[in-house]
Amino acid sequence: MSKNYLFQNAHIIDPITNKDEITSLLVENGAIKKIAKKISFDKNTVVINCDGIILTSGFCDMHVHLREPGFEHKETILTGLTSAANGGFTAVCCMPNTNPPIDSATVVEYVKSQAKKFPAVDLFVIATASKERKGNELSPIAELCESEVVGLSDDGNPVENADLVRRILEYASMYDLTFIQHCEDKSLSKNGVINEGFVSTTLGTYGIPEIAETTMLQRDLQILEYVGGKYHAAHLSTKKSVEIMRIAKKKKLNATCEVTPHHFTLTDEAVRSFNTNTKMNPPLRTKEDINAILKGLQDETIDVIASDHAPHSFDEKEVEFSYSPFGIVGLETTIGICVTYLIEKKILSWNELVKKLSVNPRKILSLPEIKIEVGENANFTLIDTNKNWTVDKTQFKSKSNNTPFHNLKLKGKPFGIFNNGIFIENK
Amino acid sequence: MTETSTKKLQINHLLGMENVSEEDITLMLDTGMSFREVLERPIKKVPTLNGKTIVNLFFETSTRTRIAFELAERRLSADVVNFAASGSSVSKGETFKDTVQNIEAMKIDMIVVRHSSSGVPKFLTEISNATIINAGDGAHEHPTQALLDMMTLREKFGTLKNLRVCIIGDISHSRVALSNIYGLKTMGAIVSICGPKTMIPKHIEKLGVKVFHHIEDVIPNVDALNVLRIQRERLSANLFPSNEEYNKYFGITKKRLEKSTKPITILHPGPINRDVEISSDVADSEHSLILHQVLNGVAVRMGILFLLGTKTKTN
Repeated sequence: MSKNYLFQNAHIIDPITNKDEITSLLVENGAIKKIAKKISFDKNTVVINCDGIILTSGFCDMHVHLREPGFEHKETILTGLTSAANGGFTAVCCMPNTNPPIDSATVVEYVKSQAKKFPAVDLFVIATASKERKGNELSPIAELCESEVVGLSDDGNPVENADLVRRILEYASMYDLTFIQHCEDKSLSKNGVINEGFVSTTLGTYGIPEIAETTMLQRDLQILEYVGGKYHAAHLSTKKSVEIMRIAKKKKLNATCEVTPHHFTLTDEAVRSFNTNTKMNPPLRTKEDINAILKGLQDETIDVIASDHAPHSFDEKEVEFSYSPFGIVGLETTIGICVTYLIEKKILSWNELVKKLSVNPRKILSLPEIKIEVGENANFTLIDTNKNWTVDKTQFKSKSNNTPFHNLKLKGKPFGIFNNGIFIENK
Repeated sequence: MTETSTKKLQINHLLGMENVSEEDITLMLDTGMSFREVLERPIKKVPTLNGKTIVNLFFETSTRTRIAFELAERRLSADVVNFAASGSSVSKGETFKDTVQNIEAMKIDMIVVRHSSSGVPKFLTEISNATIINAGDGAHEHPTQALLDMMTLREKFGTLKNLRVCIIGDISHSRVALSNIYGLKTMGAIVSICGPKTMIPKHIEKLGVKVFHHIEDVIPNVDALNVLRIQRERLSANLFPSNEEYNKYFGITKKRLEKSTKPITILHPGPINRDVEISSDVADSEHSLILHQVLNGVAVRMGILFLLGTKTKTN
């Protein structure tokens, strides 16, 4: 722990202190001691050659499912955090759809105690918005706030009851907690398993229409406008949703949103294989939706990229398409996909990407700001920007490997993370 | 038999009609016709698939398709095993994959599968070495039904080219509709569909079919109608208000058909709901080929089983 680390010739990018330069950085006792072109070091210093490496504020994935307690065969907090570290994240926010759900101080404490097993990654807890995640009554929001949860969500399910959405926004605003909504009107999505469109028609599968997402988003924003509070829309997937959010932002509503890497890279055409790793909720949409999402990322309508890391064991996924659970893992492919599909294709600059993966999620959830500055705690994500690699699901640190990206060739790979005095190199 | 039996199919499995070539369809229909002749004999059995083991894996209830397959298999002298399970085998604690691999361990050659989940036949090709025939998956495809429909129409009209066929009913929940559209289009037919808007799936017109919502617009311009069964459970999903209203506005009645200057041939995959989607005076009329379809169903399945069962695997 007390070792010193010298990151030599790193390309430092920090949107908060406006850094974008190649220089060296010395970490002593977990804090930034010096930033300079040339730094002398002693024999107790671990020197890390950072030629071609971007060093930036530690990435935070604000939407992951770590499955513990209750579904430890899919993922545990330990394997989930290990996966996060390998994917280049120094923080994750875990969703409360566990068993029991994270809806009380006791469960929050349990989750936090498990996270101590892997101190390099900070675990922030999102608790349920409704009691038992059933969508009927308020969860004990004040008590949860005291346990330092960072947000409220019934993710996996929407909060369907409009009055309850209103009360959650009102009550949570007293504690500056953000309500994160999974926008899905279940009377419209029904037993749908993929996007409703030409592909669902030709595959003879039940479709989830885009209006299942957009009608709830639109409704919620009306409620937000009326009562105030902080609202974040999880994993938006459609062109119309981006348009709705753009208008909300013009109105200066306190509304933010995220998209997942799979929703800006894959379309429902991928489902033609009937590969159950193309089944997620919201479903993969169309090229038109992807283009709108890319535009939304560019013009800051979309604040955050989050993986919606949803591990399922292989035997749960290796079943008939309609019986397979929704969701895919994402922690270990997010960075490679973002570099390949956003940086390389000139959709976003590095500075903009770092905002979506580090600055904005922390801001939305009121987490401590990360600065790359002398005297600050060292909390970095390091990325090998030129590394060409192929996704190999058998190498994942996650307990599950349900990914549609197996064998995908990517450019840009996590190089490592540094957080809480610990350096972890990507394997 | 002698002429066609030397030709080989391009496909190794019959998963659907999508992407099946005109040559393959023609070969399956021709072979089906030669087996029709076998069915007219006093002894309706040939030794063609002697020694082959076929499993009928039915995860969804079926009467006529299963019986037609079983008869076809037995008349080709194959050994037949019937496996029926309702719903997902997961509910019994065994996964679909484990079930299949257990059955396959008993050394079988072909699997005829029906399942409520679309894509299961394709999934089977990934987890099994047997030759797979799709007997209906979800609302996806039902290729043998399409082939027997095409065989019946071709027999009646001589060719499918430029034949005007309209499929009427709940297109969104119909595997018969999709397979017929793919197959008929490949064979050069002019295909349209007709039904309440609630029963027409999104962007179906991209498959090159014309969409109608009023039966009167269809009748003057078709040679044949393929009338789909209206399922009672669709009522609760608000796809139509009542059987009576469906019958009144979409039902195929003799009176409606009289609007056409020439007789229209009627097909129905069965089982029929009399006086819902079709009236008795049409179902039992001389222009109805419904029972002939059933006979052709056995013949064409014999043809398919023969062609796939005797094909040396290329992979």
